[in-house]
Amino acid sequence: MAVNPEFAGREYPPNEAYEVGREKLREFAEAVGATHPAHTDVDAARALGYPDVIAPPTFAVVVAQRAEAQLIEDPAAGIDFSRVVHADERFIHHRPIHAGDRLVTVLHVDAVTERAGLSMVTTRAVIHAEDGEPVATVTSTLAVRGEDA
Amino acid sequence: MAPVLEDLAVGQEVGRREIGVDRSRLVRYAGASGDFNPIHWNERFATEVGLPGVIAHGMWTMGAAVGVVSDWVGDPGAVVDYQTRFARPVPVPDPDGATVEVVAVVGALDAGTGTARIDLTVTAAGARVLAKCQALVRLS
Repeated sequence: MAVNPEFAGREYPPNEAYEVGREKLREFAEAVGATHPAHTDVDAARALGYPDVIAPPTFAVVVAQRAEAQLIEDPAAGIDFSRVVHADERFIHHRPIHAGDRLVTVLHVDAVTERAGLSMVTTRAVIHAEDGEPVATVTSTLAVRGEDA
Repeated sequence: MAPVLEDLAVGQEVGRREIGVDRSRLVRYAGASGDFNPIHWNERFATEVGLPGVIAHGMWTMGAAVGVVSDWVGDPGAVVDYQTRFARPVPVPDPDGATVEVVAVVGALDAGTGTARIDLTVTAAGARVLAKCQALVRLS
């Protein structure tokens, strides 16, 4: 089944806040080999002017994918996750994510297109603090192989 | 010493690194990121869906590659924009694993916004695995 093109243009309501924890940032930093002390040491982060340890640049994917689940886990969207390949990813940071942040995400489905047996689904997760301060935008394209591809 | 925009030149190499990845690394990334897609840890599942075997998360490769930029600039929060296309998967055989090579070069300079675009060449087994991999960093 192809991805449902009617989902293009959809905007979801703001999701439940993601609470960023120090240990989660340390765990993520370790997993990607991000050794800069600002990820793990509160004093090092404060010396750079941040209120607490900061996230590595790609950590926002963890926040974004909670919002993306609203689309991917919706059977009506027709996304078979076993046939999904990640095509591209982009992070725009208005400021670094730090421990203690409570982040709310609004998911937009920017495009659903068909190309040579592939469905391309582009989402944009707009992440902001609970007070409305913009934090990051995560744009991601998934390629979903059709049954014959 | 943090790099200064005026001292940089387009084409200048600012860092390079070889990063090893094995199955335990992928399991660790799966747990840290919440991406438990079995193609990143289950050989049987990966081959059943037509892959050569277990492959690294594209997001692990992207996340590992930018460390060169964070360390060079001295402040990971200075990375204001980071993007890539996933050109090829990185197979991670057991037990040997794979090696990802990262070379970071100044791609563009913008004195008006005080930013440098760092272009990353990311390869595994000689083939490019990330395409148009670019990090925009703000320099003071």
